[in-house]
Amino acid sequence: MAEASLKMAVSDEVAIQITGMNKWYGQFHVLRDINMTVQRGERIVICGPSGSGKSTLIRCINRLEEHQSGQIIVDGTELTSDLKNIDKVRSEVGMVFQHFNLFPHLTILENCTLAPIWVRKIPKKEAEETAMHFLTKVKIPEQAHKYPGQLSGGQQQRVAIARSLCMKPRIMLFDEPTSALDPEMIKEVLDTMIELAQEGMTMLCVTHEMGFAQAVANRVIFMDKGQIVEQNEPKEFFNNPQSERTKLFLSQILGH
Amino acid sequence: MADISFVRHQMLDPQAPPTSQSGVVKWLRENLFSGPLNSVLTILALISIYSLIKGAMPWLLNGVWNANSLTECRQIIADSGAAEVGGACWAMVRVRWNQFIYGLYPVAEYWRPTTAFALMFVALAPVLYYGLQRANALMAGIVGVLLVLALWGLGTDGYHIALSAAVMAGLTALAWVAPKKLVWVTLAFPAVAYWLLWGGSVWGTVGAVAGFGLFALVWSLTQRHVGVVVAAAIGLIAAVLWWSLVQSHITGVLAQWFPIELRYVRSDDFGGFLLAFVIGITAISASLPIGILLALGRQSNMLLVKTLSVSFIEFFRGVPLITVLFSANFMLLYFLPPRTNFDLILRVIIVVIIFASAYIAEVVRGGLAALPRGQYEAADALGLDYWQAQRLIIMPQALKISIPGIVSSFIGLFKDTTLVALVGLMDPLQGVRKIVLSDTAWRGIYWEPFIFVGVIFFVVCFSMSRYSMYLERKLKTDHR
Repeated sequence: MAEASLKMAVSDEVAIQITGMNKWYGQFHVLRDINMTVQRGERIVICGPSGSGKSTLIRCINRLEEHQSGQIIVDGTELTSDLKNIDKVRSEVGMVFQHFNLFPHLTILENCTLAPIWVRKIPKKEAEETAMHFLTKVKIPEQAHKYPGQLSGGQQQRVAIARSLCMKPRIMLFDEPTSALDPEMIKEVLDTMIELAQEGMTMLCVTHEMGFAQAVANRVIFMDKGQIVEQNEPKEFFNNPQSERTKLFLSQILGH
Repeated sequence: MADISFVRHQMLDPQAPPTSQSGVVKWLRENLFSGPLNSVLTILALISIYSLIKGAMPWLLNGVWNANSLTECRQIIADSGAAEVGGACWAMVRVRWNQFIYGLYPVAEYWRPTTAFALMFVALAPVLYYGLQRANALMAGIVGVLLVLALWGLGTDGYHIALSAAVMAGLTALAWVAPKKLVWVTLAFPAVAYWLLWGGSVWGTVGAVAGFGLFALVWSLTQRHVGVVVAAAIGLIAAVLWWSLVQSHITGVLAQWFPIELRYVRSDDFGGFLLAFVIGITAISASLPIGILLALGRQSNMLLVKTLSVSFIEFFRGVPLITVLFSANFMLLYFLPPRTNFDLILRVIIVVIIFASAYIAEVVRGGLAALPRGQYEAADALGLDYWQAQRLIIMPQALKISIPGIVSSFIGLFKDTTLVALVGLMDPLQGVRKIVLSDTAWRGIYWEPFIFVGVIFFVVCFSMSRYSMYLERKLKTDHR
């Protein structure tokens, strides 16, 4: 894990702007007054105890979840109930899920070319070339004509990353990408993510992989009870946490 | 303390299982004689199967195929010395074969439903075996040969045999050269079959098809601006205006200039398996898309769409088919402009479609419910819109899960076509049997028509069931 990645340039351009955002599930206030600005090229790791709203937060960024108040602007497009804006944002923002969510009835290659062909209207042949490029990048081009069910968990997650990349997104969201994987497969997925970070992709990762956070993140956000409790550069965050809640959390996950 | 350290230096190679764990003996022991209770049950089952065959076989095999009346049949059986076991009088099926198949359809026009039936297989081929060149061509070729033989057997005139043979040869060639183009035959088939079956001027059919064409045109032009649903509504209005106001003027003129006509056949003359297939196939192919739309409507966020779908589904699932069939006789006429001459078969088909699509909707909903939420989310996250996600991601999987349920509905629907006897149509089971029994020559015959009709229904339904199993195997990609 290269130290050099820490020094990667972060531009002044704003990729995501969230102001005063709130969300409720029925009576339950899951996200409380979230304010957050993400510059282009930033790699942000979001951590926190389960139920703290970290997944909900990144799912609001591509409107898989609807927020009820406040403002989310992604790449200059505000997320409202306007379907056109939502589809526009979604085609610019890639997402990788905890359970991969590959399409089991399509081959790996078809999984990767479906959205470029139907959403971007790219010719099939060109889409396949792009797909093979990214499958090579995640080191599984030889699996292109298999079905997801024939692949291991780690391979499936790498396909999911390639599938998102095929849309040439400007922002990538990762929702606990390694939580459903066997220990031996976590590294292959993290390596892919690190490589992506080194290329300057804007990334938001919900993860408990603190090694990954230390290696590539330029900001760690700690959430609890639907709020941002603390955020800092990784070195400061891990070595010198300020809030009591953060200290407790870090002692729990790094304690053994 | 015991030494617990252990290191393996050589990994073991896999070996074949012991011989007692495979083969016929193992199968017999595991499946038929796994314990005292199972052994007894196996023996009891063998005994009852044996006695059943012993009782029924002689009657079936002593059957008489050549006779002109039931009395003659019985005489032949008595003469052969098998009076005690008796024998079936299959001669009835032989003599009345055409009636079982065509009802009272004019004899000179038998070639029309026969050709339509053959074309149906060609139209089905690309649906059943999409893109499989060999299967499509084989289907068209074999059906073509059978059609020519059947037409010859029916005593059709040479002109129509040659015409049908040429069409089938052309379709076989098309299936071989461009199997995917056969889909156009599928699309054209309903209109062609309608014209072949009912006849009349070709322009009436063309006009009706033009209405659908207008619908598609209006829809594709407007859907980008007003959305899929509103566009469909506008298209429907345009099509209805065409059918009710414009069509008859234009087709009337065309019919005068280019009179291409087949002899018109009244719906009352339709009967037998011809009727069962017309109703069954039409209802099956129409109820699937309507059922899918209803299932989606039921899951919709739009309150109006959802309420309408739910009420539709619940109402028609809650009412017996016979009730709806009876009301089709009267009710549909109330909803239509006065003096509309609405064909009885058409009315029945509409009712059966409505009825079947309510069932299909619920089966498809089951498939939709079985899909993990993640599939919807992944489709959304990639930027696919609602209809793309449904068509490319959700439906292929939901329908695959629903195949057994959908095919069960289809099989039930096909067998339910015999209920149309209750509104006076001549279905093979009740309608045709009554005609046969009213003939003094066959009065008193009982089992044979039931068995004959039953066997044909079984063959059709069993084929559907086998096909669905083939489809399930073919679409199995999850490797569970």
